[in-house]
Amino acid sequence: MIVRRWTASSRVFTGGACALAVGLALVPLLFDPDVTQKLTTLLVLVILAATWNALAGYGGLVSVGQQAFIGIGAYTTVFLAGLGIPPYLAMALAAAGAGLLAVPISLFALRLRAAQFAIGMWVTAEVLRILVTLDSGLGGGTGTSLIQLNRYAPAYQQAFTYWSALGFALLVVVALFLLLRSRMGLSLQAIRDDEEAAASLGVRVVTSKRVLFVLAAAGCGAAGAVIIANTHFVEPGSIFSVQWTAYMIFMVLVGGLGTFEGPLLGAILLFAIQTVFRAGGAWYLVGLGAAATAFALLLPAGLWGVVERRLGLRLLPVGYRVTVPAGDPPAP
Amino acid sequence: MTWVNAVVQGVMLGGFYALLACGLSIMFGVMRIINLAHGDLAVLGAYLVWLLLAHVNVPPYAALVLVVPAMLAAGYALQVGVLDRSLRSGVLTPLLSTFGLSVVIQNLLLIAFSPDVRSLGGSAGAVTTASLRISGELSVPLLGLLILAVAVLVIGGLQLYLYRTRAGAAWRAASQDPEVAGLVGIDARAVYARATAVAVAIAAVGGVFLAVRSTFDPVSGPTQLIFAFEAVVIGGMGSLRGTLLGGIVLGVAQAVGAQVNPQYAVLAGHLVFLAVLATRGGLVAAQRRAT
Repeated sequence: MIVRRWTASSRVFTGGACALAVGLALVPLLFDPDVTQKLTTLLVLVILAATWNALAGYGGLVSVGQQAFIGIGAYTTVFLAGLGIPPYLAMALAAAGAGLLAVPISLFALRLRAAQFAIGMWVTAEVLRILVTLDSGLGGGTGTSLIQLNRYAPAYQQAFTYWSALGFALLVVVALFLLLRSRMGLSLQAIRDDEEAAASLGVRVVTSKRVLFVLAAAGCGAAGAVIIANTHFVEPGSIFSVQWTAYMIFMVLVGGLGTFEGPLLGAILLFAIQTVFRAGGAWYLVGLGAAATAFALLLPAGLWGVVERRLGLRLLPVGYRVTVPAGDPPAP
Repeated sequence: MTWVNAVVQGVMLGGFYALLACGLSIMFGVMRIINLAHGDLAVLGAYLVWLLLAHVNVPPYAALVLVVPAMLAAGYALQVGVLDRSLRSGVLTPLLSTFGLSVVIQNLLLIAFSPDVRSLGGSAGAVTTASLRISGELSVPLLGLLILAVAVLVIGGLQLYLYRTRAGAAWRAASQDPEVAGLVGIDARAVYARATAVAVAIAAVGGVFLAVRSTFDPVSGPTQLIFAFEAVVIGGMGSLRGTLLGGIVLGVAQAVGAQVNPQYAVLAGHLVFLAVLATRGGLVAAQRRAT
């Protein structure tokens, strides 16, 4: 019996992914600001899908309130930039701030399960939205803008924002990749499959979940910071909207819950759909909701799950492959 | 006196939340799942009544005679078509599939009825504005009293059904252990379908009262779901009497919060809910014991 992590295809693809990252970094130099802005949106979706999948697919935590951290990321950026901190530094600090805020929230949220956790997080996001609305210093209910960005010429602005988004997305994806391959990644999957059984084998359930929760929050905070840098304007009603969760659930379920590559595929798919059906409005959302429900019920492993099963393809290996060569005694 | 008044208003509001939460509580009690489309189904009920009233000139309550059976059927179909399948694949699938359903219902309502804010208050007659004056400063709105009475009747009726009838015993058996219930001839899936039908129909009644006492639009559902869930959790998950109590606690918290500052109403309710969640980790334990 041979246990392997890497296969020929995953080596080639991981190498290709590194090359792709370098290629993506060159986009603002080669294309119009328009293209750069679109791709920034795609990178935001990648961050959201990857972090939500990490929570639900590996930690068994379905959150309907990740918009709490998106909003915190955006508003912390505005707040820090207002204090005179350079806006792009403020974005990084805001992401870290969202992660920091997740620590006290996790103290209570991680004691909850299933629906209690899902709606507990949603209410947490609502509380934060109301608090921001009540704060006139942050623009209250009407919103506020990141005027400090105007010191850069528009083309530079777009390029810097894009590079920040790319940096955040790579950080999140690589951090999750390494985390899920580590001992803790194994613990997390054991927790997802059976929390009691994992605990009885000595898995530190709460610590493992907390690491994931904080990482996911920091990722959403980064996404929020990029969103405000990309659109310049933020308003509590939309940045703390549960719509973000709808997008995350769609991307992860259609791409493949609990697979590493699936949510990345889901993000690209949602981006493509948004580009094509922008005018579709409500029908487009009906389609997203229906697709999420259908995948949850009929194809829980998502599109990537199908690819993986049919083709045995594993591009970014977080698990192990077991092959039994002919003539070997079967594994006990 | 203003504080007494706030508490009285809060109790009335609580009756409304209890009614809204009742279906959520039933489904959690019987199947251990939370239907995230619950609020949207309530709003759907309000739209069906609104649709009927556009054609025939009757009070909203009369329209319920047609809308309640329709929503019973919708609930039955929801269970057989979606939830039965989701129950088979773990605790997360019901959450994910009903969240998707919620997005679908909201946007279909948006397409069918436009984003306009509507109210059924105008067609409900004098009951919406009448109130009983108890003393100089304290008056009790008749509509609030009516909703509270309906909530108490519905929850009392369900309680009697569950604990005093054979059919109710089958519900409790299917809730405690569907397989063993099957051994004594109880078809758990049939019980589930009936429970969801009843839950959705009561949600629709709650939705109609929402429309009569204030306003509604296609995206009102999620807020109502949050309030309903808060009532269920504050009262203790899986207990119908608890849900009545939880609704009242939530209503009073909101009314007292509003008395301090109208902007604090919803916030006060959320904070009470989060405090209950945080301090009663015991709720999770109760949930575990029950499953």
